[in-house]
Amino acid sequence: MYIDPHIHMVSRTTDDYQRMALAGCVAITEPAFWAGYDRSSPQGFHDYFRQLTDTEPKRAAQYGIRHHTWLCINPKEAEDPVFAREVIALIPNFLACESVLGIGEIGLNKNSRNELEILEAHLDLAAKHNLMVLVHTPHLEDKLKGTRLIMDAIRNQGRLDPGRVLIDHVEEHTVGMVLERGFWAGMTLYPDTKCTPQRAVDIFEMHGTERLWINSAGDWGQSDPLAVPKAQLEMRARGHCESNIRKVSFENPLAFLSQSGRFKIS
Amino acid sequence: MASAPVLLSKRALIDRSYLEHRARLLDVASFLDRVERAGGEGADDFRMRAFHACCALLIDGKPDRTQRILELLSDHTREPIAHAHTKSATGAVPPTSAGAR
Ligand SMILES: [Zn+2]
Repeated sequence: MYIDPHIHMVSRTTDDYQRMALAGCVAITEPAFWAGYDRSSPQGFHDYFRQLTDTEPKRAAQYGIRHHTWLCINPKEAEDPVFAREVIALIPNFLACESVLGIGEIGLNKNSRNELEILEAHLDLAAKHNLMVLVHTPHLEDKLKGTRLIMDAIRNQGRLDPGRVLIDHVEEHTVGMVLERGFWAGMTLYPDTKCTPQRAVDIFEMHGTERLWINSAGDWGQSDPLAVPKAQLEMRARGHCESNIRKVSFENPLAFLSQSGRFKIS
Repeated sequence: MASAPVLLSKRALIDRSYLEHRARLLDVASFLDRVERAGGEGADDFRMRAFHACCALLIDGKPDRTQRILELLSDHTREPIAHAHTKSATGAVPPTSAGAR
């Protein structure tokens, strides 16, 4: 049994839901993200938020998987702050929906001033509505700097409990600083960028299993919706006990997400 | 740190993964050979310079190679940039960036 706490099912087929269910997936959370192209209007986001809050939960339920979501405008589309603020203004209309856990995945992409301004606007929205936050950290050479800027922005904002914020896509050079500052940390299992299952298990061995989870972040790019059960296999093959495997792939996401008061497993 | 130990022995880890990583090592070697044999631009590509520097870290005999490679490939500046002119990352710090190490 497992939870995949970060996966973009709008980009995956119904067959993937079936394969995930067969592999033991009981619940997922889907953050709002970049579609691979910039949307031309806030209305495009309105339709996307309807897909996340209405269509996907029904598709997941067919396979006994409970679907939840996080809403935002992602940092890749945040370079135009006027446009981004129009999208942020739509989010409160969806907050009454029971499957919305919070704001995400917000963060930075190229670590620009405009991205930072929109990150701060999202953090204010989360604080105002007492919502949890799922953070995307930048890719590759931008990750270290972006992780620091994001953690500073959250600290400076001052109204968000780090224990209700998960900073995702950590790797060996960022996991320590994220955990030290009281945040939860997510490891994303990707074939080429981010972590492999082998490296994720190394990180568990070096940093322990507290406040850490794993996810597939499966999307429209090269990614694997079965990455979490594959990491479970890797842990088993390396001699980890069943209770530790269950902790990182089920109990930790359950503990973090339950703080929303809205997270349910089937 | 180390709250969960490495559970398999050195020999068990080597038995399990040597062939897989031997193949990856040959992939790296053949990539370097292929780039060297190829014509055209790119002899001084910043990504390949960074790649060679990373290869040196692999054999320096010190621990935490993964973390040190990631740090070598990271932008170490602290201030946000004025504007994002692209959405993508290259995997090494471009020489125009003040964060290049
Ligand atoms: Zn994502």
